[in-house]
Amino acid sequence: MPTIWLVVLLLALAAAGFYWGRARALSSAGGDARELHSLPSYYGYHVALASFVPAITVLVVWLLAQPLVIENRVSSLIPAEAVPESSTLGLVMSDVRRVAEGLDIAVEQGMLSRKEARDMDTGTQDVRALLGEVGVAVGEDVRPEILSAAQAFRNLAATGKTAMTVVVALLALGGFAWAYARTHKDFRARNVVERGVLALLILAASLAILTTVGIVLSMLFETRNFFTLHSWTDFFFGLTWAPNFRGDSELSILPLLWGTLYISFIALLVAVPVGLFAAIYLSEYASSAVRAFAKPLLEILAGIPTIVYGLFALLTVGPALVDLFGKGGLLGVEWMAGATSVLTAGLVMGVMLIPFVSSLSDDIINAVPQAMRDGSLGLGATKSETVRQVVMPAALPGIVGAILLAASRAIGETMIVVMGAGAIAKFSANPLESMTTITTRIVSQLTGDTDFASPETLVAFALGLSLFVLTLGLNVLALYIVRKYREQYD
Amino acid sequence: MTDFSHSTPSAATEPRKHGGSLLAQTARTRKRNAAEKRFRAYGIAAIAAGLAMLLVLVVTIVSKGTGAFQQTFVTLNVELLESKLDKNGNRDLDDIKKVTTFGYAPIIKGAMEAAVEELGIETDLKSKELAGILSKNAAAQLREYVIANPDQIGETVEFRFLASSRVDGYLKGRVHRDSIANDKNISPEQLDLVDELAAAGVLKKTFNMDFITGADASDARPEAAGMGVSMLGSLFMMFVVLALALPIGVAASIYLEEFAPQNWLTDMIEVNIANLAAVPSIVFGILGLAVFINYMHLPTSAPLVGGLVLTLMTLPTIIISTRASLKAVPPSIRDAALGVGASKMQAVFHHVLPLAAPGILTGTIIGLAQALGETAPLLLIGMVGFIASNAPESLADGLLAPNSAMPAQIYEWAKRADPAFYERAWGGIIILLIFLVTMNTLAVILRRRFERRW
Repeated sequence: MPTIWLVVLLLALAAAGFYWGRARALSSAGGDARELHSLPSYYGYHVALASFVPAITVLVVWLLAQPLVIENRVSSLIPAEAVPESSTLGLVMSDVRRVAEGLDIAVEQGMLSRKEARDMDTGTQDVRALLGEVGVAVGEDVRPEILSAAQAFRNLAATGKTAMTVVVALLALGGFAWAYARTHKDFRARNVVERGVLALLILAASLAILTTVGIVLSMLFETRNFFTLHSWTDFFFGLTWAPNFRGDSELSILPLLWGTLYISFIALLVAVPVGLFAAIYLSEYASSAVRAFAKPLLEILAGIPTIVYGLFALLTVGPALVDLFGKGGLLGVEWMAGATSVLTAGLVMGVMLIPFVSSLSDDIINAVPQAMRDGSLGLGATKSETVRQVVMPAALPGIVGAILLAASRAIGETMIVVMGAGAIAKFSANPLESMTTITTRIVSQLTGDTDFASPETLVAFALGLSLFVLTLGLNVLALYIVRKYREQYD
Repeated sequence: MTDFSHSTPSAATEPRKHGGSLLAQTARTRKRNAAEKRFRAYGIAAIAAGLAMLLVLVVTIVSKGTGAFQQTFVTLNVELLESKLDKNGNRDLDDIKKVTTFGYAPIIKGAMEAAVEELGIETDLKSKELAGILSKNAAAQLREYVIANPDQIGETVEFRFLASSRVDGYLKGRVHRDSIANDKNISPEQLDLVDELAAAGVLKKTFNMDFITGADASDARPEAAGMGVSMLGSLFMMFVVLALALPIGVAASIYLEEFAPQNWLTDMIEVNIANLAAVPSIVFGILGLAVFINYMHLPTSAPLVGGLVLTLMTLPTIIISTRASLKAVPPSIRDAALGVGASKMQAVFHHVLPLAAPGILTGTIIGLAQALGETAPLLLIGMVGFIASNAPESLADGLLAPNSAMPAQIYEWAKRADPAFYERAWGGIIILLIFLVTMNTLAVILRRRFERRW
């Protein structure tokens, strides 16, 4: 991978720059570091940064932008009539990419020379068979316009790569030369380096914004594609989830939302009472020894990866529930057909959320001032009356916030529902039936071979965006409630 | 004082309309006390319920998973027949390699027959059924040995073969005689033979190192599947996360904590970090799929992509803990550094950062532990659904070649049809949890050892 070598070379240049820059500064001061404006190493850092940072920035931006530019250029080469009725430009482009990739592999394996790959045409050679030989399967015979587009694609990619290497190398050497030339004993190296470092720090901090923007844009973009292929009214207001490959899929979010909310509700039904009472006991009743023992143990539950809970749901809780409610079970009822059900997933998810609710509530209850408890106890209330009538009302906004945060966790949880909830999308109130959730469907639509031109794949992005908005909304609501209704006791 | 002693009895008796002693509880007091006891009991019950769940979880994992670390092996003396393995007799490696695993099957059958005969066990099983006790892996194991040691052809060598998963399950109590009625892979007669072989000491259950170091195996050979390759996949991912998330996270925290002015940009960054910490992990998977794979065309299933996605996911955790430990360094340290003429940057990098380092390290380890157990994003970038059978050969291979990761491997096993894989999944969880416990313990020790109270 030559790009990696380019990075290694840049690093080597930076290291060399550090030593030469420092040496030059020292020699300009006649070897006496006290003559310098800054400490000697700052002159080294200056050269190193000047040769490395601009070059690596350009490299990264180039790598990000090149696919987009090439895509645009090549897709404008494909005439509109070359796109078949049933297909889209996107599909044709993915064919082009596959052919180009196949040609690359063929050249790499020595089956074609570079020139042959460039001059190949569909009239004289069976391109499909050749690509098949190197392990790239192409759906139909390669049409001439696709082959020429693929060749253009390869050309542009190769040119782009060469240009990138040249530009990056020139930039690195230029930066090096410029900084090296400026190195002199009166040069204010520390100030320059510190400004540069500050800029890097700001860049790192902005990555958080960039990630959010990336999440939103990537999902928004594909969601827009989805809505051009599928009506948005069906997605938001339809009542059936039935993807199929004939092209008349019914993809609507409501049945999935129902499953998600139902499972989350059961999870909260388990987690909120247990978590809340645990928090009350730990903060109001427990001796410090019990607290020191029970609190970390409960919090272990939060540190267990969700895959463990998923397996627990699939292989332990599900079968146990079937033994209870299923055919020939202990209760003698036949209510449950398989191990996956809303109850299975809900119970296990509830266990996962117990420490989440308890430690958040614990913090909030501890924040209620002791004077309020003392006042209540002094008036003759029992401890439980104090908790119920004084501490709880004071802590309520925080606790509601904690529950909303737990709900947002439950809605976004994936592994437990993928393994424990099942795959059938339906509206049903029976907790022993298997249902499916938003996250489960995202996983199933996006795993395996994904084709980014079919609504069945793209719907996952619309689901993801809905999930993002839903959880974000709950978090913001939780924060709002906490801020708005919090009592100030100081 | 006298007033007080006089008024007390009257004040106490006044509300007691029905008279009676202070020592006897009224109905109302009893009710209140009972409510108090109940409330307390709810609390104890809640804690007990939470701890009981933890106990059930641990007991389940340990009881179901420890089996995976043991495997049934059959020790056989195999005569490496020259007539089958090297017809030309010239020990030419290319000729030996031409014999496929099918060519080795008769040798194994013969060895089984010989062993049964030698032990004097009466059985009317055919040689094919005799060999059915062994794993399908046995022929491959034999072939590998012969190719590595061609000079042993013609000799009789002792081998330890894996038994088939049904036999293994029978010894571990997972497979019962009454549950195999419709099982075409094993018959009651074979189980009789297994009993005899076990009594003779040829067939034994021993510790199975291959589960820890080995590669995944196909659906038909659960007894040969191991975690080793996916462990390497996880290791490479953690390298990527550490190499990216630590510097970026620390840089971002330093800026926000030490340099950021109060303005809209800072506010925006803060809000974003808080939100990212609460975004469901699967959304990061979607981002990874859309940006790294679909747009940038990085290879699917590569640990590099997994590492990048997990980096984005871990960054908020690291930033939050790093900021907390930077905040814990008292301002007097900064003031002293500035007072002797250091620039602000020097004060931060030379004095504040080293003092905050233990806290940063602790936070990073906890963030890494979180990332190590995360599964959902890995499903979307394709780290499941294939057999991770090849250990990476080089650093670039480790980053770019398709691989699995520990949690993804566990999920993969849990999805397969053969219940023998479930035992492997639980065993995998034990390994994963050992890693997590070690990392968290390390974090706690670091915190205890280096934590400074100012």
